[in-house]
Parts: sequence; C-alpha cells; structure tokens
Amino acid sequence: MPVSGPSIRLKNISRHYGNVCAVDGVSLDIAAGSMVALVGLSGSGKSTLLKMMNRLVEPDGGEIIIGADPVDSVDPHILRRRIGYVFQNIGLFPHMTIARNIAIGLELAGETEGRRERIAELLELVELPQEMASRMPDQLSGGQQQRVGVARALATRPGLMLMDEPFGALDPVTRDSLTDQYKALHQRLGLTTIIVTHDMAEALYLADRILVMEAGRIRADATPAELVSGNVGEEAEALVAIPRAQAAHLIALGNKS
Amino acid sequence: MNEAWQQALSRVPELLAAHVQISVSALALAMLICLPLAIWAARSPRVAAVTLTIASLIQTIPGLALLALFYPLLLGVSALIGGGISAFGFLPALLALTLYALLPILRNAVTGLTGVDPAAQEAADGLGMTGSQKLYYVEAPLAAPTIMAGIRTAAVWTIGAATLSTTVGQPSLGDLIFAGLQTQNWTLVLAGCLFSAALAISVDLLLGLIERGIRERRRIWAWAGLAMIAAGLLVATLPLMIARDNIVVIGAKGFSEQYILARLIGSRLEEAGYAVRYRDGLGSAVVYQALSEGDVDVYVDYSGTIWTNQMQRSDNLPKAEMLEAIAQWSSHSHGVKMLGALGFENTYAFAVRPEDARAKSLRTLDDLARVSSDFNFGTDVEFLERPEWQMVRDAYPIRFKNARSFSPTFMYPALVSGEVDVISAFSSDGRIAANGLVVLADPKGAVPSYEAILLLAPARAGDQKFVAAINPLIDAITVDNMREANYMVDREGDKKTPRQAARWLNEKLRE
Repeated sequence: MPVSGPSIRLKNISRHYGNVCAVDGVSLDIAAGSMVALVGLSGSGKSTLLKMMNRLVEPDGGEIIIGADPVDSVDPHILRRRIGYVFQNIGLFPHMTIARNIAIGLELAGETEGRRERIAELLELVELPQEMASRMPDQLSGGQQQRVGVARALATRPGLMLMDEPFGALDPVTRDSLTDQYKALHQRLGLTTIIVTHDMAEALYLADRILVMEAGRIRADATPAELVSGNVGEEAEALVAIPRAQAAHLIALGNKS
Repeated sequence: MNEAWQQALSRVPELLAAHVQISVSALALAMLICLPLAIWAARSPRVAAVTLTIASLIQTIPGLALLALFYPLLLGVSALIGGGISAFGFLPALLALTLYALLPILRNAVTGLTGVDPAAQEAADGLGMTGSQKLYYVEAPLAAPTIMAGIRTAAVWTIGAATLSTTVGQPSLGDLIFAGLQTQNWTLVLAGCLFSAALAISVDLLLGLIERGIRERRRIWAWAGLAMIAAGLLVATLPLMIARDNIVVIGAKGFSEQYILARLIGSRLEEAGYAVRYRDGLGSAVVYQALSEGDVDVYVDYSGTIWTNQMQRSDNLPKAEMLEAIAQWSSHSHGVKMLGALGFENTYAFAVRPEDARAKSLRTLDDLARVSSDFNFGTDVEFLERPEWQMVRDAYPIRFKNARSFSPTFMYPALVSGEVDVISAFSSDGRIAANGLVVLADPKGAVPSYEAILLLAPARAGDQKFVAAINPLIDAITVDNMREANYMVDREGDKKTPRQAARWLNEKLRE
C-alpha cells in the first residue's frame, strides 16, 4: 500500500490561555505515513497541540504546514473536511442513524453517488455488522460507537487522522482490540496518524514515534525502542516506568505459578 | 338545552374563529421574531442576557395593561406617519399578544441551543461543518424538543390572554366572558371559559404530540400532530372565510344598556336585510375612534362623554345646544354622523338610601356636600378619574370620608347593604327604582347632559336604507322604558338576555 497521508511541519507554534502557556514554541517535522503518539500528563498541552492541526484551536504564533499547504490557506471548515478527527467523547449525532452518522462527511461534501456502498465498506473496515447501519447511536455499546466514530472520520478518505485519546473511555478488552485494529487500518490505508494518549503502554504499542510533552514543550522525541531502553530524559522515564513495572509484576506472577 | 345556552353557543363559531386567528397570528409572529433572535443569542451571551431581560420585563406587565397601552401607542404612531394605522382590533391585540409570547419561546430556544451536547458540537466542528450546517444538521434538531416545549407554553398563554383582546375591539371568546360578567349571565361566562380552555388544551395536546414525536424521533407522530393542527385551524377559521360583504358592525361599551341598544339596532338592521355582527365590551375611548375609522358602523354614545372626552370641553351648555355642537363637531372633524338623540338620558346620578334621604333631608348635591365628610362614596372604576367628578367638586364642596370603586354590578348592593352611603349611579339604571334609591338633584347643572345619541360611521352616513331602518329609534325611547329593559337584564331573578330585552323595548317605541 503506497503512502497517501501527508507530512506535517510545525514551526515555533505557541498557544496561551490567559496567562497559562499551553503550547510553548513547538517546532516539529512529522513524516508522511507515520504514526506519532503525543504522550504526557493532563495539562501538558498535547490536546491543544493536536487541535491546532485542524484549527479547532488557533495558535497565537507560528505556522503549521500539512503536505505543502499552510493550514490557514483555506477556511477552517474546508481544512477539517480533509482531516479525520476522532476524540474521546465520540460525539455521534444521536438523532441520526449509524449510516447517516458515517456518511455525514459525504453529505457535507455533496457526494451523493455510491454512498450506500461506501457505508457498507466502512462498516466492514471497522468490523461492525452491516445491520448496524439502521440503528441509532444509543443502541450501540461504547466500543461499537467509537468504531462508528472512526468510520465517520475515514468516510471522506482523509490522509491525516487526528485522534484525541480515542479509546480512553473504553473498557480494557475493547480498547485493546480497537487499538490493534486501528494499527492495521493505519498501515493498510497508508495514513498519517497523530494520536494523543496519556497511556504510555498504548503509545509504545501503537506508535512508531513518541513525543513526550510537559508544560507545553516536547521533552522527549524517540522511537518506542529508544524509550524503553531509557536515556531519553526524566519525564519520559517516569511515564515508561509504569508499564515497565506492571510488566515486571506480571512476569513475576507468572514465574511463581 | 335552554335558551341561554343556545344563545351563547350560537356566537361561539365566529368568536372561536377570531380567537384562533388572533392567537395563531401572534404565536407565528412571536416565533418569527424569537427563533432567529435565539440563534443569535445562543452564540453571544451578551445578546442572550439583553433579549431575555427585555422579554422577562414585558412578561411582568399585566396582559390587560399591555393591550391597553398599545391603543394610545398606535394612535400616536398613526398620527406621526399621517394616519392609516388602525389602533383598534386586530393590530393592537396582535402586537400585545406577540410580546407576551416572546419569553417562553425565546428562553426555551436559547436553553435548547446552548444545551446541545458539547461532544456533538465538537464532532460537527471536527467534520468541517460551517456555522449554518452545524445549526441545520446538529443544533436545531437536538434543540427542537426544548424549543417545541417553549412554543407549547407560549401557545397556552396566548390562547388564554387572547380573551382580553375583546377590550381593544378584537373579537375573541373573551366577548362572551366580558358580556357575561357585565350582565351577570354566567352561562355566557361559562361558555367563553369552556371553549377557550378546550382550545388551549387541544392545542397543548397536539403540540405535545409533535414535541414527543421530535424527542423520540418518531416522525409520524410529529406529522400527525401537525396535520391535526392544520385541519383544526382550517375548520376553526372557516366562519371567517365565508364571504361576508357588507356586514354591519355594531359597537357596544361594556354594560347592559349598551348591549340591549346594540341588539335593538341590530334586529332592525337585520329586518332591513343587513348581516350584522356585534363588537361588545369596547372601552369608551376605543369605540368612538373605531367608528370614525369605519371599524364600527354604528353605536350609541352619550353626549356628555363626547363633550368631555372627545371634544375636551369642561364648560356646560343647555341640552339642545350641546347636541347641536356635538353634531357639528363630529361631522366636521371625523365625518361621523349624529343621527339624533334616542330620547332618554343616562347621566351620572348621585343616589342615596331612602332612609338617609329622609333622616338627613337630602334632596340635592348641596345637601350631600353638607354631610359628605361622614359619607363613604361608592363609584365605578373610572368616575374618580373623569372630568365630571372634577366639575361636581368645583360646583359643590363635597369631600367624602373615603371612596371605593366597584363594578356596576356590585355598586348597588354595596349601597343597599350600607357598605357605602352614596353612589355615582347611572340615571337610566333599573336598579335605582328597584331598590327605591333616592337620586339627588343637581341644581347648579354641574354634570353635563348625557343624552343617548346614535352615531354613524362616515361610510354609513349616506346609506338611505341603513338610516331608514334605525331612524325610528330617534326620540322613541323613554327613560322609564330603558330602565325597565335594563332591569330585565340586571336583576337577579327571571333574568332576560339583552336580545329579549331589546325585543321588549322595540315594542315600546314611542311613535
């Protein structure tokens, strides 16, 4: 599968809320087709940084370029239609069927042809049975709803996916299988994905590059392997320590039995 | 079913139609104003604060006062732009009821729109919806049940408050209530209340069905509710759509004598082949204006009322000269034709209990002035504010111990039971003689004469057939007969309807 997702370049991006500096002069290059995890504690600025890429939040200063175009070269709603956005609270429209929820991006773009086939294809992509199409969102479980959320984001075939703690509210089993399946989707569709999470284990499993944020700055920028091997800074080490300790504990339990 | 009910019910279809028409118009206009305003307010907390405060303030004005305020306001506006705006009937009622309906619609719409789940809003933004797409696809549908609940509340309020629009000359089911209260005809009051309540309840139920249809996303219910409302609207307003050319509108102020005289005029015009409609319960100030604008074709007024209220005179002339002056003035300034005087007077008459009159030898207003500091005064709601009261006080040194206002219905019992000691009665009221009350003379002629006069709208002045039908009423009604007819309607037992009293009076006309 050829890479279709765009590259992203951030130049000295900042954002303040009153006196609080949420993002503090971040510069960054993200390669096309990569899966980047933004990791950090609450309030570290990771969500703000993500939302500036589709202009849900406007930066105070700096420039963001997706592919070849600065994000402010078009109206925000045009920009957002080219970018998939999935977030923790899912935000399915409760008054629309699953099919209409999935196809809403196509409706906005005025694409009428082949909509039914596209819905079927997307349901299959996110591994939901076809009969879900006619259901209402409140008839689905949380995991099923977020699958619809992913399908909705993918409907207009965006190259870039922005995901803000997408699986954070789901139970561990559901979360694990969705994480797995999304990883496969990302590779199959050649997407560029930026995912915000506070769960280092998820980041280590999913991403091919991990950015650790603290107080609006990137404190560490490493591959999962580099992170696990240590030597990438205190903040990163503190976050990696948790899954490492859990893993050690499990192994110790296994050895005892 | 007895005659009282039959008579009440016969007026219902037309009044119901008018009631539905004014309520629906006011509600539609309020929605037209509120929904765009709510969209704006939902995006700007400052706009929300300002508009909701204004709407709440309007709500604190009593409905009756709001209606009354629009009358002078529209007159002023009409004068400013050189006429053409009717301050009577539909327009003032529409404006007042619309203002009254603003708050519930606005508040619920703002609440609904700002209360849309933030996750749905974020998803809408993230998907690349424009502001108007977000409104259309997400905010409006999700806020719809709350908005609908507000419309429902407004509908019930408006239908209830529309009964008050009778007072500014807009026909409504309130006509029955006001007329019934005035003549103590409880059947009429009950009919008016029952039908306006039934209307409010059915509209509430149907709007509730639509609201539930939207909330539970069952379109069929919403459409069924809408279809039933549309059908109801069509049926209810049917009487308005029947072509009614050349209908004569007969005005009447809000008391029995006026109702009777209106029916007397009406029955004669019907015999002459005219279709007739009554506008009862109009305020003194409203009805003359309505006549001069052609909204009312004919009504009976009193010379003193025109003299002091319309002509703003505070002097006094002998009866014949005053009538001549009124005829001249109304013809010149408004084109209104005074056909003539009916032959009796209904003036303000100070009445006391016979035992007081004997014991304190009260015969004139001079005698009353002598004892006034010991006397409690009972009067109607407007007399103390009228110029006649000033004229009386200028002529006689009357200073009462205190004064209380009553509706005419309760003024006479208050005097008889001793709650008050003197009342400002109406000289043609049958209850003066029936209670054996003594009317005090006015030797200084302070109170102007109140000859009942027949006034015609400019357009009817030259209508020969019209004039011929009612001309026999001129100089044909004696004060005794008028008192008798009034008493038939006002008394407690063996009550007659105004129509029956009018029939009796018609037979007693002086040749």
